[in-house]
Amino acid sequence: MASTHNGATARLMLSPAVVLLLVWMAVPLAMTLWYSLHDYQLLMPRGNEFVGLENYVYFLTDPAFFQSLANTLALVMGVLTITVAGGIGLALLLDRPMYGQGIVRVLVVSPFFVMPTVSALVWKNMFMNPVNGLFAWLAQVFGMRAIDWLAEVPLLSLTIIVAWGWLPFATLILLTALQSLDAEQQEAAKMDGANSFARFVHITLPHLARPIAVVILIQTIFLLSVFAEILVTTNGGPGNQSTNLAYLVYSQALLRFDVGSASAGGVVAVVLANILAIFLMRLVGKNLES
Amino acid sequence: MASIALKNVSKSFGGREVISSLDLQIERGELVVFVGPSGCGKSTLLRLIAGLEEVSSGQLLIDGRDATQLPPAWRGLSMVFQSYALYPHMSVRDNIAFPLKMAGRDKETIERKVNEAARVLNLQDYLDRKPRELSGGQRQRVAIGRAIVREPVAFLFDEPLSNLDAALRVNMRMEIAALHRQLGATMIYVTHDQIEAMTLADRIVVLNAGRVEQVGSPLELYRRPATLFVAGFIGSPRMNFINGAEASRHAATTIGIRPEHLSVSTTAGRWQGKVSLAEHLGSDTFVHVEVAGLGAIAARAAGGLDVRHGDTLWLTPDESCLHRFDEQGRAIGA
Repeated sequence: MASTHNGATARLMLSPAVVLLLVWMAVPLAMTLWYSLHDYQLLMPRGNEFVGLENYVYFLTDPAFFQSLANTLALVMGVLTITVAGGIGLALLLDRPMYGQGIVRVLVVSPFFVMPTVSALVWKNMFMNPVNGLFAWLAQVFGMRAIDWLAEVPLLSLTIIVAWGWLPFATLILLTALQSLDAEQQEAAKMDGANSFARFVHITLPHLARPIAVVILIQTIFLLSVFAEILVTTNGGPGNQSTNLAYLVYSQALLRFDVGSASAGGVVAVVLANILAIFLMRLVGKNLES
Repeated sequence: MASIALKNVSKSFGGREVISSLDLQIERGELVVFVGPSGCGKSTLLRLIAGLEEVSSGQLLIDGRDATQLPPAWRGLSMVFQSYALYPHMSVRDNIAFPLKMAGRDKETIERKVNEAARVLNLQDYLDRKPRELSGGQRQRVAIGRAIVREPVAFLFDEPLSNLDAALRVNMRMEIAALHRQLGATMIYVTHDQIEAMTLADRIVVLNAGRVEQVGSPLELYRRPATLFVAGFIGSPRMNFINGAEASRHAATTIGIRPEHLSVSTTAGRWQGKVSLAEHLGSDTFVHVEVAGLGAIAARAAGGLDVRHGDTLWLTPDESCLHRFDEQGRAIGA
């Protein structure tokens, strides 16, 4: 008796949160699905007739779609590689006792607090600008041709900008994990004849497997929807060279005012993100068990 | 098997000296126990020998060769840590095989040696488990297994039993003693538990505040403690110390008498007092007696002695077992 009573109370107590979540998630999703099946163009109001899967066909056969898909994956992979490798390196360095440790740690973490639009603009105008940028000046010092980063290697430039913002996150998590590594294990490995490289491979890396999995999972979720950095630097260009899925959906909806195909693009992006998530969970999820 | 010699070894941490000019000779095949209260420098001393800490000054010789500057792995020593320090992501087999793998031994040799170690330590059924799936005692054995496969010139144990429960501790203590007999290896064993020290050691090194108080066999330390500190540390329950007039009568600043060297009587004796506490263990009875002018004295009586709080008792010391100490706490005569 008591338990059913408690169950009812529990459900009642939970309901505001559940209702809120449903309204927050299910309604927009349903609306997106609804729009994606209709011809809904803001510039040509034609009565929003039902067109079936036509929007999907249009979106999926758009040459920009495959390029943006490839760009999305390249951006995610590139940023993950840089942040995980760099994060391990920085965490190992910061784990060593040194003078001014507290200040250095704050400095290392600070990029994470700079909003993406600001950091991307700083990179664009102060570093990568072919005339006034620091990189152009450096190239000139060494007598080389200045690179117009955002025009010549737009995706690489974006990868660098986004990686700069996420490196502190990876560093922070990996540093915390390193600090929980048992010192006696390291000493035991030393006694067992393991040099510092062997200790890194056999003791430190396995210890970091779980936090690395966490970093990859969390970052992937956010990196799939990188948008601000693209908007303020390349606008997806030149051509579609730096357009990712999020930006493509944006351009369909708010540059071409085609709500129908943008909605279809949104649904496609959700499906792809889920496929990737399942794939990732399989790949790194086993590290999270136990 | 190797002999280990410490010559005038000192160690300071940031100006604070934790080991001061210490000399010690450990013979081949000997089981030496470093014992002392926490903070006495016994673990530091072991880590100096292992090479995990650098010697501030002095010399460390292993088999007569200078090893003061050698990195830990080149000293040929194995260490069993207090926390066992097993590698959590490796199976028991890989844990034991790790030192051999690092030494670049071939697969067949590794397999053979791991199986051999597992047989000695009764671990055959657990080789494919992870450390977290093992009990404390089994983890301890894996740590020992990892130590023996290297065939070290000496074993170092850093309070290896302190994380085990009392019953298991007694068992593992016997296993370590058996292992020592079986391998005939030089072993250095650090503990704060004087019972472990007494039961395991060929020789005990009693450390206090970074200095060697006394070195000797367990019974030597028991029979002829060189200082007040050793007298108080070795033996359980502790030796009774008596100052003042009674001590002066024996021409000493302090006299000491162990509880087991006092004869207890309900009718007559040298010192009369009231029982403040009687602990009945069955085999023995420990009585704490408040003696006027001497203070609280503990004595061991036969298990059948039926006394209670408040009863009057007479204690008589066995004069031949009396320890006398001078002002500096050093033993007189003996």
